[in-house]
Amino acid sequence: MSDSIQARIQQMVTDHRVLLFMKGTPDAPQCGFSAVVANLIKDSGVPFASYNVLVDPAIREGVKVFGNWPTIPQLYVDGELVGGRDVVVDYFERGELLAVLKGEHKG
Amino acid sequence: MQHDIENEITTRVTAAYPGAEVRLNDMTGTRDHWEAVIIAEGFAGQRLIARQQGVYRALGELMAGPIHAFTMQTLTPAEADAKGLRGGEGLVQLK
Repeated sequence: MSDSIQARIQQMVTDHRVLLFMKGTPDAPQCGFSAVVANLIKDSGVPFASYNVLVDPAIREGVKVFGNWPTIPQLYVDGELVGGRDVVVDYFERGELLAVLKGEHKG
Repeated sequence: MQHDIENEITTRVTAAYPGAEVRLNDMTGTRDHWEAVIIAEGFAGQRLIARQQGVYRALGELMAGPIHAFTMQTLTPAEADAKGLRGGEGLVQLK
């Protein structure tokens, strides 16, 4: 895994406070899990950026190494991996997702 | 003996979390989309992300091919009881 890919990913999570690596786009998700997470973030009203990993296989694999997380989607807030579908859905069900997206939740 | 992915998952998770209870559901019948409930003392004090990273680490290269999707609940025994996921020994007799 070349350093430039890891550096590019680091730059992206630094430049975008809330960043979702997903398959497809929020308005045209290409995978069920990605769609669930994208919709939850859209519904929260918190501005976010998304990256369609399907356009760049190097990023698609690189982010799995970067986050030590083997699947897509991956949600990053303030440069830190929050998790995939399960973690995001769990936070939503406990009413904590908004706080997490705003970066006010360290639970 | 047909290599059974279900046993492989359980073996790896219980190796990483001794005494863990692993409940698996083959979501699509194709042996590669799994839904799991994992109840382990080892999760105590860990944030959700850390619990799931621990399970993914235990699954290792299974996640790079044999398993396409792995959705999981990672609970301590107390959390599982609170969710009413465990009968039997988890049941508290209220005086």
